[in-house]
Amino acid sequence: METEQKELSNPAGVETIEVSGSVALLEALITEGTDVIFGYPGGAIMPIYDALYDYKEKLNHILVRHEQGGIHAGQGFARTSGKVGVVFATSGPGATNLVTGLADAMIDSTPLICITGQVFAHLLGTDAFQETDVINITTPVTKWNYQITDATEIPEIISKAFYIARSGRPGPVLIDITKNAQIQKFDYPGYTPCNHIRSYRPKPLIRKEYITQAAELINQAKKPFIIWGQGVILGEAEQEFKTFVEKSGIPSAWTILGAGAIPTDHPLNVGMLGMHGNYGPNVLTNECDVLIAIGMRFDDRVTGRLDKYAKQAKVIHLDIDPSEIDKNVQTTVPVWGDCKETIPALTELIKQKEHTEWLQKFRDFDQNEIDAVIHNELHPASGELTMGEVIHQLNLLTKGEAVIVTDVGQHQMVACRYAKLNKTRSNITSGGLGTMGFALPAAIGAKFGAPNRTVVAIIGDGGFQMTLQELGTIMQSGIDVKIMILNNRFLGMVRQWQELFNEHRYSFVDIASPDFVAVAAAYGIKGRSISEREDITTALQEMLNNKGSFLLEVMVTKENNVFPMVPQGCSVSEIRLK
Amino acid sequence: MSNQNDTEKPSGKQEYNITVYTENQIGLLNRIAIIFTRRKINIHSLNTSPSEIESIHRFNIVVQETEDVVRKLSRQIEKQVEVLKVYFNTNEDVIWQELALYKVPTDIIAEKASVERLLRENGARAVVIRKDYTVFETTGHREETDALIKILQPFGLIEFVRSARVAIIKDSDGFNRKLREFEKAEPGEEVSENEYLNNGQKIFTM
Repeated sequence: METEQKELSNPAGVETIEVSGSVALLEALITEGTDVIFGYPGGAIMPIYDALYDYKEKLNHILVRHEQGGIHAGQGFARTSGKVGVVFATSGPGATNLVTGLADAMIDSTPLICITGQVFAHLLGTDAFQETDVINITTPVTKWNYQITDATEIPEIISKAFYIARSGRPGPVLIDITKNAQIQKFDYPGYTPCNHIRSYRPKPLIRKEYITQAAELINQAKKPFIIWGQGVILGEAEQEFKTFVEKSGIPSAWTILGAGAIPTDHPLNVGMLGMHGNYGPNVLTNECDVLIAIGMRFDDRVTGRLDKYAKQAKVIHLDIDPSEIDKNVQTTVPVWGDCKETIPALTELIKQKEHTEWLQKFRDFDQNEIDAVIHNELHPASGELTMGEVIHQLNLLTKGEAVIVTDVGQHQMVACRYAKLNKTRSNITSGGLGTMGFALPAAIGAKFGAPNRTVVAIIGDGGFQMTLQELGTIMQSGIDVKIMILNNRFLGMVRQWQELFNEHRYSFVDIASPDFVAVAAAYGIKGRSISEREDITTALQEMLNNKGSFLLEVMVTKENNVFPMVPQGCSVSEIRLK
Repeated sequence: MSNQNDTEKPSGKQEYNITVYTENQIGLLNRIAIIFTRRKINIHSLNTSPSEIESIHRFNIVVQETEDVVRKLSRQIEKQVEVLKVYFNTNEDVIWQELALYKVPTDIIAEKASVERLLRENGARAVVIRKDYTVFETTGHREETDALIKILQPFGLIEFVRSARVAIIKDSDGFNRKLREFEKAEPGEEVSENEYLNNGQKIFTM
């Protein structure tokens, strides 16, 4: 049987070479364009690491300090580069440490391939050392996963993995490879990238009828409103989207993962949606007559109370994932398809328009918000530092050219609200899952994905302490990441909710921190801590100008709240300014 | 996926038959099952077996839910990489059967029952007749297979088992043909798309 199979894969006249499963894997990665891997070795993945020893020139392996750091780095890489992030981990605890990152990548549609080692196939199910059923553990948090027990499967499965991870609505794929398959030698037939799986339809067919119906609605609309999400970025349709927005003259607002698809100061960019989004976009969602949702999924943090969300509006929903249509909000016209194709088709049919009066409404709400919130946040005359003024000063120095990586919590909302973004793929954050500890490792990956750009990780004092071991990765890889900790000595967002909704009962949100500058120094990273207004600009300048990584801690006021806010269970039009 | 139900009952829960055509892949059952369990929905009946096309499997899943929920579930199932096609139908839209086996002691049943009448009236047949026991088989809806339990209970019913439901869609319009097109190498666009407009509200597909 064995010889028979060999003959089949090696027809007469075609020369094949005998390689191990591990080598076949690395060759496959290289053919797919992978040049950086974030990983951590261990017993069950040792044959792959042994093979990697000979591939140092072609594959830059970044040794992280924890597998969670590895996968977040992979996510950061994928988000800035648009390529598939590749992560290695061993079996058992190595694999289970990936789960948070997989869930994060799944909900935020990030293309990833995780390769996990697994015990020998004959030991599966015997409770062997470091054996865990990683396939079943990760099934709900992967777009696809597969266990390889025979080396001959490797080329085909890896090609499928890349195709699935990056096509359609992207997502994480996990491939578990038993140790025997990593070692096993086989006649390597070469690598053919996959472009078709019979049961898999990454892009639904575009329906002209829907495009026509959508264009008619848009052309008749008096108060149309565009809300866009990461789909525009994932579909690489930023230019098409900008043309569409400009021709239609429709005010457009973004979800936090969509931020930057068109520049922050584009005249038709009216700001951020959702719980801590801008005043106008939230209130006017419930006033528009046609709501055009592009590549976004109506997350509850965006919609607030669903039964009072845009009930007056006809909804046009453009999405590549048909299961998103009607999932949360009932659509009038579903436009299935890749927005790289659907947006231009729509642009062609719509009339050139300006919605001056309607746009002015957004401006009026903006003025309210500036007076009630933004001015005090960005230009406080006295008192302790605010997060907003730090971001504002950062904008002035980076001029919106930097990649902003944020963690989760108050600083994230403030950074997303106020950071100026001129370019797409500039706002890297954990949106759907809200993973604290995301920013530091993601920033490392983001820098590898965009080596020529300045990467600033903005992190809270809580989140930083969840993954600060990745300072070791920065130290060892010599990567240049600017780390800015906005320290309010609290788990600020939870504290804000406890203040507003739990009668100031501050239950376990008071968090002590080490001397962050000293921690950075221990890793050989320069740092500085400031608490005075006059130091902000010089300290930021020092951080940005420093050759190599730098940690800047900014002591900000303890009990500041992020406003505006749509309280949970409230409608978007019930947004509070204080 | 298709909804071939004309009578809309948007508010009430009712039995739905979800038909899923899939690749034959380890782990896919779990991938489909967790779509239900994640939403705390109980699967009433689940049958999976090879379809008429080699290497394509057919699942029949029965749940008690509203149409809205079933539509969303079906879309999530169809989204899985190895799923080719999902349909959902109410009981009125399908012909369905369950198979039941009944093991009874031969001596009692032969002595006390009119076996011929019993078999005729219940559409049952004897699968095995041994000295010590006899196995009857019948197919039908739940009430019918339940009815035979009641009848056989007094005769010392030893063991009973019922299969999951299998259902055939009344209005399926030759899916066999479409299924065969999946075997082609190129993406069969017609297979997965373009049914909605042709059939208006009646069919919903992606």
